[in-house]
Amino acid sequence: MPIQYYIYLCLALFSIGVIGVLTRRNAIIVFMCIELMLNAVNLLLVAFSKMFHGAALQVTPGTTAGIDAQIFVFFIMVVAAAEVSVGLAIIVMMFRNTHSVDINFLNRLKN
Amino acid sequence: MSTLEILFYALSAFVIISAIMVLVSKNPIHSVLWLILVFFAISGHYILLNAQFLAIVNIIVYAGAIMVLFLFVIMLMNVKQENEFKKHLLVKFIGVLSGGSFLVLLVALVKQTVQLQGQKVLLKEGNIGLIHPLGKALFTDYVVPFEISSVLFLSAMVGAVIIGKK
Repeated sequence: MPIQYYIYLCLALFSIGVIGVLTRRNAIIVFMCIELMLNAVNLLLVAFSKMFHGAALQVTPGTTAGIDAQIFVFFIMVVAAAEVSVGLAIIVMMFRNTHSVDINFLNRLKN
Repeated sequence: MSTLEILFYALSAFVIISAIMVLVSKNPIHSVLWLILVFFAISGHYILLNAQFLAIVNIIVYAGAIMVLFLFVIMLMNVKQENEFKKHLLVKFIGVLSGGSFLVLLVALVKQTVQLQGQKVLLKEGNIGLIHPLGKALFTDYVVPFEISSVLFLSAMVGAVIIGKK
């Protein structure tokens, strides 16, 4: 499978996430679109890892080249889990103060 | 067309359609359910790439833990569907336009890149995605980041509790 197909797929997924962040006003949906973008990047990292591994296998059989990207994806997942727990706590606190999850309420921060 | 290609196209179409439905759905709960479908399809892609450990972790962590947390928060807040806030139509159009132009720009860039021409992704061969090589790398070369991530989890837990208590 050519690497370009995976890149196009991940770009489409990432752009859908960007459009969601730009067009929706519900804070939870915006947060979910950020998760979507993170997953697009994860998939692309794994695809590149396999591309690199395939190129290295032809030179030296039995190599583990390209494993770093998969470790990196694992750490991205760890950071995403920590980020979601804190972010959802912030959204809950915002809902408790304003009784809404509309992100336009947050523009009072600029004054 | 081989079986792998058919699986790739089917999973890709599934991912894109579900991701669009995440945006289009009015009800946040439906968005969460569509997002769970996206994560399952991405796990299918990982299995296709023979990254079995990441496929299972993706299902357990994302579809299992994170999305349940999202559902929990949405049901806890009980946001009324009728006061769903609308964004201005012009702002929506500009958002879609800028996201679409971002996509077109990067696709054109990838199409022109010479280094990526003729590069192939190994689909089912290669065993770097299995648990044994990954665990070996994680506990030898990457043991310090692994321990630091546990500190990160501890601080995230303390932060979530402190923010939630106020």
